[in-house]
Amino acid sequence: MLETEQVKKEIINIIADIAPDENLDSLDGAKSLRDQLDLDSMDFLDIVMELRKRHQIEVPQEDYPKLATLDGCVEYLSPKFQ
Amino acid sequence: MAMPKKYDAIVIGAGMSGMACAIRLGMFGKKVALLEKHSIPGGLNSYYQRGKIDQDGKRVGVRKFDVGLHALTNFARKNSKKNPLIKVLRQLRIPYDDLKLKEQSESRIQVGDIGVNFSNNFDYFVQQIEKSFPENFSHFQKLVEFINTYDDNQITTEFVSGREFLERTLQNSRLVEIVLFPTLIYGSSWENDVDLRQFVILFKSIYMEGFARPYGGVRTLIEVLENKIQENNVDLLYRSSVKKIVAHENQATEVHLENGEVLRADQIYSSAGLAETYSLLGKKDLKQKVIGNLSFVELLFVYDKNIDPNVCDKTIIFYNETESYEYKKPDDYVDTRSAVVCFTDNYREYESDEGLIRITFIANYEKWKTLNQDEYKTIKEKTKKSALELIKKVVPQDDRTLKYWDAFTPRTIEKYTSHFKGAVYGATQKIADGKTSLKNLFVIGTDQGFLGIVGSLLSGISVANMYGSNLGDRS
Repeated sequence: MLETEQVKKEIINIIADIAPDENLDSLDGAKSLRDQLDLDSMDFLDIVMELRKRHQIEVPQEDYPKLATLDGCVEYLSPKFQ
Repeated sequence: MAMPKKYDAIVIGAGMSGMACAIRLGMFGKKVALLEKHSIPGGLNSYYQRGKIDQDGKRVGVRKFDVGLHALTNFARKNSKKNPLIKVLRQLRIPYDDLKLKEQSESRIQVGDIGVNFSNNFDYFVQQIEKSFPENFSHFQKLVEFINTYDDNQITTEFVSGREFLERTLQNSRLVEIVLFPTLIYGSSWENDVDLRQFVILFKSIYMEGFARPYGGVRTLIEVLENKIQENNVDLLYRSSVKKIVAHENQATEVHLENGEVLRADQIYSSAGLAETYSLLGKKDLKQKVIGNLSFVELLFVYDKNIDPNVCDKTIIFYNETESYEYKKPDDYVDTRSAVVCFTDNYREYESDEGLIRITFIANYEKWKTLNQDEYKTIKEKTKKSALELIKKVVPQDDRTLKYWDAFTPRTIEKYTSHFKGAVYGATQKIADGKTSLKNLFVIGTDQGFLGIVGSLLSGISVANMYGSNLGDRS
């Protein structure tokens, strides 16, 4: 299991690739990614796709809501990172 | 005989929707073949070259022209929210600046003696409407409110008349004609009407978002997409015209090419059009009764210099001589009473010293189709004359020297797009979810009901996302 900070960095790397024109420095971990970065369901699909590609992590559809915030992502994904 | 090559997915047609679809499928890790019958991609939104290289290797009058591009609608500035263009760029991982978008100056809708301007600033259009139609302005505001709250993601199947809706809402036939005109010619497959949902999408993309053009024209965008195709390991196969699709029971299994090659795939995505795809299956589509009736002639006039902004500062003029605009297949070869006139020079930072005016007339496919070579040439010349007369009416003070002209007709469009009858906006019936009667064959592009370059790209993306991701269904 990776350190929280490392997991966070991996997730931010993914978001940076998906939304290359967004500034991610001021991202609030507790606030919804959807609102802060104007992400929609298509973009969430990309986060899930990159998690599989880069880290072989599968996220079943019923768990998508757990990825709503950056903090939520870290909490949900930390145990899945090896 | 060689073993058929096997792919995860085959995409038919490297137009905008096909390229976007193939890129997304590649991103999902699929092995994809993208089949294109021509030697360059783009489909309707491609480009071509005129002129030649002489004996001494000197280029004589070599010019590249865009086929379909007047304007890229859905304009958005960098980092805008909730805009289809931004969504498309994100999904394809294209940085905004790579498109090198140059904005329009402003455009104009001229119907009879009333003209209304619009730009990439929606408030300007609103003010123009208020000035020309003070008594109906509150009605127009109601329309804007309706558009702002309309959910255009809903998948509707029944046709709702956009014209009837506008007549009820705006209560002024002249205003209805003005608002409708660009939305009809920029995307409706119905004659004299537009489906309400499509009207809303077009209203947003034209008036609320606006026009831009990639610096260097459509090939700038095509090159960006070609790079993405390569990055995602898609096999882009040129000169690969599809002869037929073979199906067993309710499953498409093989694609046979005109050159004799056979490809196999788990999934097939076709941008050939709905009726056209069913005909590749050797079937008539039961749902498909009407092939669109609307095709166009496009004329290009090259001048010795850019247009003087004092003569004309508009980027696009939607021009109609009389008080009401007829958007239907004309009885004659073309309908010269109305046209879209595009002054490409009036995009900001237009890159050429030469000037370019593009004219679009609505055309009658059947009449063009039956002409022999000589007649075809004669009618093309005649259409050129009509277009030049129209330019004289629109910009009487333009005294530049014409250096070169070219035209393409419904016949050319049919060749480029493979759509039956050169129907640019496809069939009247749209298949929003891309599904066909075969469970692994999907339709993308025009007949899915998305419009314009951005819409076509979005169509390919959304269908690939729906059926090609394999995500979220395994835990």
